[in-house]
This record gives sequence, structure tokens and C-alpha cells, in this order.
Amino acid sequence: MMLDLVPLWAGILSLAVLMYVLLDGFDLGVGILFFFRRHDEDRDMMVASVAPIWDFNETWLILGSGGLLAVFPLAFAVVMPAVYFPILLMLLGLLFRGVAFEFRDAPEARKHYWNIAFSYGSLIATFMQGIVLGNFIRGFPVSGRSFAGTSWDWIAPFPLLTGLGLVVGYSLLGATWLFMKTEGELQEWARRMARWFLLGLLAFILMISIWTPLEEPRIAQRWFSLPNLLYFSPVPLLTMVLALILWHALNKGRDVLPFLCAMGLFVLSYTGLIISLWPYVAPPSITLWAAATAPMSQQFLIVGTMFLLPVILLYVFWSYWVFRGKVRADIAYHH
Amino acid sequence: MDALLFSRVQFAWVIAFHILLPAFTVGLACYIATLEVRWWITKDDTVRRLSAYWIKIFAISFGMGVVSGIVMPFQFGTNWSRYSDSASPVIGSLLAYEVVTAFFLEAAFLGVLLFGRRLVPQWAHALSAVLVALGTLLSSFWILAVNSWMQTPQGYQMIDGRFLPVSMFDIIFTPSFPYRLTHTVIAFLVTAAFVILGVGALYLRHNRFPAESKIMVRMSLAFLGIMVPLQVLVGDLHGINSLEYQPTKVAAMEGLWDTGRGVPASLFAIPDEKAEKNHFEIAIPKLASLYLTHSFNGEVKGLKEWPREDRPPVSIVYFAFRIMVGIGILMLVTVYTGLVLWKRGRLFDSPRYLRLCTLMSPVGFIAVLAGWTTTEVGRQPWVIYGLMRTRDAVTPSLTTTDVLISLLVYIVSYAIIFGGGFFLLRRLIRIGPPVGPEGEVHEVQAHPNRPLSAVTEHDTTVNAPVIQKMKRPQ
Repeated sequence: MMLDLVPLWAGILSLAVLMYVLLDGFDLGVGILFFFRRHDEDRDMMVASVAPIWDFNETWLILGSGGLLAVFPLAFAVVMPAVYFPILLMLLGLLFRGVAFEFRDAPEARKHYWNIAFSYGSLIATFMQGIVLGNFIRGFPVSGRSFAGTSWDWIAPFPLLTGLGLVVGYSLLGATWLFMKTEGELQEWARRMARWFLLGLLAFILMISIWTPLEEPRIAQRWFSLPNLLYFSPVPLLTMVLALILWHALNKGRDVLPFLCAMGLFVLSYTGLIISLWPYVAPPSITLWAAATAPMSQQFLIVGTMFLLPVILLYVFWSYWVFRGKVRADIAYHH
Repeated sequence: MDALLFSRVQFAWVIAFHILLPAFTVGLACYIATLEVRWWITKDDTVRRLSAYWIKIFAISFGMGVVSGIVMPFQFGTNWSRYSDSASPVIGSLLAYEVVTAFFLEAAFLGVLLFGRRLVPQWAHALSAVLVALGTLLSSFWILAVNSWMQTPQGYQMIDGRFLPVSMFDIIFTPSFPYRLTHTVIAFLVTAAFVILGVGALYLRHNRFPAESKIMVRMSLAFLGIMVPLQVLVGDLHGINSLEYQPTKVAAMEGLWDTGRGVPASLFAIPDEKAEKNHFEIAIPKLASLYLTHSFNGEVKGLKEWPREDRPPVSIVYFAFRIMVGIGILMLVTVYTGLVLWKRGRLFDSPRYLRLCTLMSPVGFIAVLAGWTTTEVGRQPWVIYGLMRTRDAVTPSLTTTDVLISLLVYIVSYAIIFGGGFFLLRRLIRIGPPVGPEGEVHEVQAHPNRPLSAVTEHDTTVNAPVIQKMKRPQ
């Protein structure tokens, strides 16, 4: 009998998606905040604060999607067609905002247009990721080994709500990131933004937490039966505690703490999501084990991953370390 | 049925644009790494300026490569879900290895390469350049392993319509893989070298940046002098390998309908798939047998050996192959001429030759696209050669309208993004490398401990020469 690697893989992929949400979350958030900050030099500073690392942040998305394809191919084959258009729009959003990093600062660039590409690209990519999230909670109809719905089933009130919620959430990450990385008037503005988005995010967390069990009885069953209720109650309680710490840290002008708290809020929401979905990777019918690839493929990949993931985290930490501290205008893009 | 056609066009469209960027950045990463190490050793400031210049161009190309690359794995899921479900146990882990070995390496060290010159010691900056180059090469290794398995599959067993691995080693090292990897990586290196050669020649012709340009022309020409002949040799071996494992592809490449010994090499023809013959053919007797089997009387199988539904679209493969080979010959002539001029000491004095080099600078990309078309269209009608047809791989839930919408959106978006990128790169090339010494900023601010303010630090920057040169000396 071989070791069952599926839980380990579920853990690794969850980590990849969480890393993506936390890391690309703040740089997408910075893009969304473009809508609220028109001043050109400030916008340059905002871009400069994420320019050296956005590319790396998005690599976690490739690990998430490539990992899903590699380890849980059935889930990949069912989920992707179901969210055909949200994925299309997300990719285009990422495409336009990604090249805007380079293009907006080029000599003789039409900066105005690339600023639009940057802000709308960030907004659309985020909104679509939220819609994909909402559809994960609702589940996907399956027949045989294929998605059985149409390419338009993703449009529904609940996914639209999660889409908006994620926009607000990423904006909070972006605002607290800027609060940490900037100084003076821009930092003051980031503080005000972070306050509003914190309140907004709490409102969305509340709405989604109420709506989710109403929408899906199996999720209500998971949370509100005893003794689960006791096991899981720290999640909402910690959420409230973190929100309070974040608020106070913003008032006291602690540079780093608000950003850490905002990430903590995402970790908790993500934990709540995993509690709701486990053990399904494509609810309501495909479990992690049903979707898993051949054991030999899992073993082949686990060897390298267990060795490389710590190495990756090490050199990633190093490259973040290089760009630590307040953002400087002089290492921005200058073409 | 049309969802299938549009899905194929969409995949061809997004991959054709995507492949242009690795075709450029793999070679450019290696070039930048060489320059950085050279600067680290010689401390020649011209080399540093040259490296800084190409790093800027690299940054834009690489950014476009990353974002257009993110699109690719999602295509497998959205449009080719049945292929993903069936083949992932075999190829999925290879794609995942590409992410964990290559993409993270590239991404983490790219930031340091682009923005870190002042923040890290010089050796760390040079090492970052080397690691980014290594990342691009590792990426080529894995993705070409996947592609080669689809061309010459082995090491699997089929259970309930799914491909399950038997030997991961056999899956990675398929018969066509060594040839495809070598041929493709050399093609990428040659493509980048021709761009560097052409840019250097352009400046020389206008008497701009003579010191930098001479380095560019000498380095690229010496490199091409070895690589282009080597590429011809590897290409020949790759062809022989294809003849053994994918004879339908070779028959289509040659426009050969009837099996025979001592078959002619077709120089030009218009293949007619209905009539199963070629019109207006110009051919050299026995030559194809010679280069395919290395014998004047070697046997080569013609397309009529296989039923019509198992043949690839002949005309596309036939012409794509001829475009690739034709460009190869042009490259050989260009490089050989340059080497002769160099030996006579007149390399930098012939405006006509310099002009030729500039004209040749984009042809590597066309050759890569043509070669890619040859091998991918030549694999049809199979997505996994001989085992799974492309029409059985497409996502069943997609309607014609769905895919038509996404295809049009991709066409418009890529036209904007790649068009914008093209003009931007052209502008950067027109502006040229930074001029004048930088002043050793490197020692001044290796580790800033105090937070720097944007206002006080503005304009006394590492890139000051870059801003200056925007005035465009002409």
C-alpha cells in the first residue's frame, strides 16, 4: 500500500492559491486604487512599489493552475469550461495590466491609455477571480467526466457578490501595502483608503457568510452542526479581533502591522472557504480523490516539489528583502 | 464542429504570439548573462552600458512573455478539457515542473536583474542574470518534453481512454525530444543573435555608439558562425528522426505522394490534396532520399500510404517547411559573408553588408514560426500522434458562438498589446544605449539603510543617462 499523497497535494495547492491571493492581491489592489488617485507622480510611486515583484507574484497563479492540471486534472477539466468567460476576462485583465507596467513609462508613451489599461485590467481581473470563487461555492454540474452546463451559467447574483467582495478585499491589501511602502501625503491617503476598505470588506464578509449557508445546505450542515460549530468558531472570532487590531494599527501609524492584519483576514476567510468545501475540489460531486491523477505522477512530482518549494521560498524571501523599506522613485522603470 | 475549428485557430493565435517572446528572451537572457559576467571580470564600462540597454529591452519582452504565457495553461482547461483529462497523468507533472524549476527562478531573479543593480553586490547581479538565463533554458526543456511526448508518445499505458504513466523517464526522454530540444533552443539563440547583429549594424551604419555596436556585431557574428552551421546539421538529424517516427509529417514536408526509392527534392510546387499530386513542380532528382536517408536510393514513404483522414494538411506543412529552410540558407550566406569581411578587416566598413544585417534581424522569428507550424500542423490530425485525434480533445460544452467570441477578443487584444510592444521596442532601439559614464553609483548606495524619499532622490538616479538620451542624438 502506497502512501496517500492526495491530502499533501491538497495542502500544497491550497498554499499556492493562498500565496497567489495574498501576493498578487496587493498588487492588483494597487491597480484598483488607481481609480482613486489621479496625481501622476503618486501613481508612479504606486507602480514603483510593486514593479519589482508583481511578475513573481503572478507566478503563483501559474503554479495554482498548472498544479490543478497536473494533480487534479478532472477538476481542471470540469471547472475551466464552466468559467470559460470569467477566465478569459481575467487573463485579458492580467495581460493588459501586466504590459502596462512596462508600457506606461516608456518614452513617448501614451501614458494615459496605459494607466487606464492598468487600472481597468486590475479591476476586471480581480472581479473575475471573485466570480470564479463564487462559482466554486455554488458547484458545477457534471455528466461523465465533463462539465454539463453552458458557458454562461456563471452569471448569477451570488458570484457577482463574491466578485465585488474580492475587489474590496484586494483594495484593502493594496491600501495597507501602500501604507507600509510610502511616506507623507500618499501614506496619509492610503490610511484613509484602508479604513474605508476595511469597513467595506467586513460588510462583504458578513454578507457572504450569511448567504453561503443559505445558498448551499451542505455548507450550512458543515458549519452549524455540533461539534463543528465549536471547532470552527475561532475563525469568525479571530476575524473580528484582527479587524480591530488593523483599525488601531492604522490610527497609531504602525507601518507594517496593518498589512499583516489584512493578510491575516484573507487567511481566515480562506480557511473558512476550505472548511466549507472540503473534501470537494469541484463541488458538489468531485472529491479530491476522484479528481487526483495517477499515483506515479503524484510521486514523481512530489519529489521535486518538496525539494524545490523551500528553495523557492528562500530565494523569494531574498528578492523581497532586496526591495525592502520605503519605495524609492529612482529604481522605478525608466525607459 | 466549428467550436473545434475556432478553438484550434485560437490556440494557434495565442501560441504563435507567445512563442515569439521565448524565441527572443531565451537568447537575450544568455547574452545579458554573458555581458554581465564579462563586465564583472573586465570592468569595461562600455559592456555595462550595453548590458543595461539590453536589459531594458529584455524587461519589456519578458513581461509580454509572462503575461501571454499565463494564458497558455488555461487554454488546456477552457478549450481542450478532454485532452487535459486524458493526458494530464502523463504530461501534467512535466508542466508543473516547468513552473517550480523555471518560472519561479526567472521571476524571483528578474526583479533583481531589472531593478537591483544598486541594491545588491555586483557578483549577485551577474549571478541573477545567469539564473534568469538558466530559468529560460529549463523552461524550454520541460515544455519541449511535453511537446515531444505529444509527437512521439511512449512510456504510457491506456486505461479507460486515459493515458497513465508507466515510466516517467521514458515520457520525458521520447525519441524526438533530444533533437527537438537542441533544434529549438539553437533556433531561439540564433534568433536573438540576429536581432543583436542587426541592431549593432544599424547603429554602425549611422555612426552611432561605435564602441557598443562593434561589441554587438563581433559577439553575435562569432556566435552565429558556430551556431548556424550547427543548426543545419541538427535540423538534418531532426528530419531523419521524424522520418522514422512521424513519416506522414515528412511526406507532407516533402510534398511526396508516392512511396519510392531515390525520391526527388521538391523545390517548389502547389500540392493538390484532392488530386493527390503536385502542380508546377520543380524538383532535383534523388536529393530528398540523400538528405533523408543519407543514401541516393533510400526509400521514403509517400502520403498515399495512409488513408486521407490520417494525413496532415499538406500545403501548410509543405510551404512552412520551405520558408524555414529558405531562411536557414539566407542566414548561412549572411554569416559566411560577414566572416569573410571580418577576416579581411572590413567588417565595419561595408554599408551594404551592414544594411543586409539589419534587414536580416527579424527573420529568425519567421523561421521559428515556420518551423513550429511545420511540426505542429505536421502532427495533425492528431493531438497525440497516432493515439488521440484533435477533434476528440476539445471541450464538449463549448458552442460555436462561445469560442467565436473569445477568439475575436483574443485577436483584438493581442493586436493591441503586441502592436504596442512592437512599437515600444522599435523606439527603444532607435534611442539606443545609454551614453557617458554612469559614475560608480554601485558603491555609493549598495545598501540603503535609511528610507529614501522620492523627492530628494529624484533625478540623481542610476538611469540618468537614459533620460538624457531621450533627446535622440541623430
